[in-house]
Amino acid sequence: MLANYGYTDGSGDYFITIDTDKCNGCGECVSACPAGVLEVLDDDPNDPLREEPVAVVGTNKRNKLKYECNPCKPSIGRPPLPCIEACKAGAISHSW
Amino acid sequence: MPEGKKQEFWRWDESNWKDPDIDWKDAKYITVGIDVGSVSSQAVIMTDGQIYAYANMRTGFDSPNSARNVLNFALKATDMPEERMDYCVGTGYGRVNVPFADRSITEIACHARGANFIYGPEVRTVLDVGGQDIKAMQCDEKGKVTNFLMNDKCAAGTGRGMEVFADLLGIPITEVGERSFQIDEEPPAVSNTCVVYAKSEATGLLRKGWSTEQVLAAYCRAMAERIYSLVERMGVIPEFAITGGMAKNRGVIDRLMAKIGLDPMKTKWDTQIAGAVGAALFGYALCLKGKGRKK
Repeated sequence: MLANYGYTDGSGDYFITIDTDKCNGCGECVSACPAGVLEVLDDDPNDPLREEPVAVVGTNKRNKLKYECNPCKPSIGRPPLPCIEACKAGAISHSW
Repeated sequence: MPEGKKQEFWRWDESNWKDPDIDWKDAKYITVGIDVGSVSSQAVIMTDGQIYAYANMRTGFDSPNSARNVLNFALKATDMPEERMDYCVGTGYGRVNVPFADRSITEIACHARGANFIYGPEVRTVLDVGGQDIKAMQCDEKGKVTNFLMNDKCAAGTGRGMEVFADLLGIPITEVGERSFQIDEEPPAVSNTCVVYAKSEATGLLRKGWSTEQVLAAYCRAMAERIYSLVERMGVIPEFAITGGMAKNRGVIDRLMAKIGLDPMKTKWDTQIAGAVGAALFGYALCLKGKGRKK
């Protein structure tokens, strides 16, 4: 499942997409994110019968991604994002 | 003060219903889904995965009480004692506030599962326009979500916005759809980024001499555009189904579907109960896995 967390506002789209078929719930992204945006839950809240750990964007961060992720996204010379680098499974992507 | 009670144009009828052909005494598992939304709450009682009874009412300001009230309202249509229920799943915005639920499941999962039941397994894209948020989901033939997108940061383009406009224009909410087509020419849309801005824009248009139907059409168009931008981002795979109260509003849905270029699926069920149906079905699946209440 492609889980799109985030929102669209007047300034653009701010979504983090987690491919739950690729995510193995290892939790590397949780420690890699300096803003604490990601967390790992014991079972997927959007797929209740799966019962395997999976990474999600925290409920208190979902509507603030533009600001929470901003420090990792300078306007010039953008380095690789720590969350995307940390994810060996390649499950995380950003829309902006 | 003027005499009499002011008419509340946003108010819609609360209802409950029971299937007369089903006897709860024959059922192995009775599961209940409670969907406490931001504007409306639904309770669905299912006997072995079939809809037995449901109720639909306004949420009000007290989530735990809303859950209790809506369940009582559904039970009132039946002669079943509450103790008979084997599993209860809470969903929706107020799902953590259903004190008697065995488990809470997100509305994303429940709406897709519910749409799969009330519209049939052909449904691949589900749009839920709720009271204060919009959700778009893609699902497989079993109702399992494969892709989802939710916009709950802002309530523009949702059911509550339509209630605000019904009140502003003095048009009963159930007539909004029809009345928005009683126009000679389709007007341009008002602001689609905010209900508050749209409302002040609409007030200005009324002062300019627009008819209430024209303003309503302009707002319905704005809502359709707002919803379309979300749906377009995720992509549409036919068949397309709409759940939630907005599915009953032709004014928005016809304009939206014209933009998408598809016909929405039809159902005999109340579109507002989809989330609660999904919750009850998950309860049934969990009972089959042996996780029901021990009695």
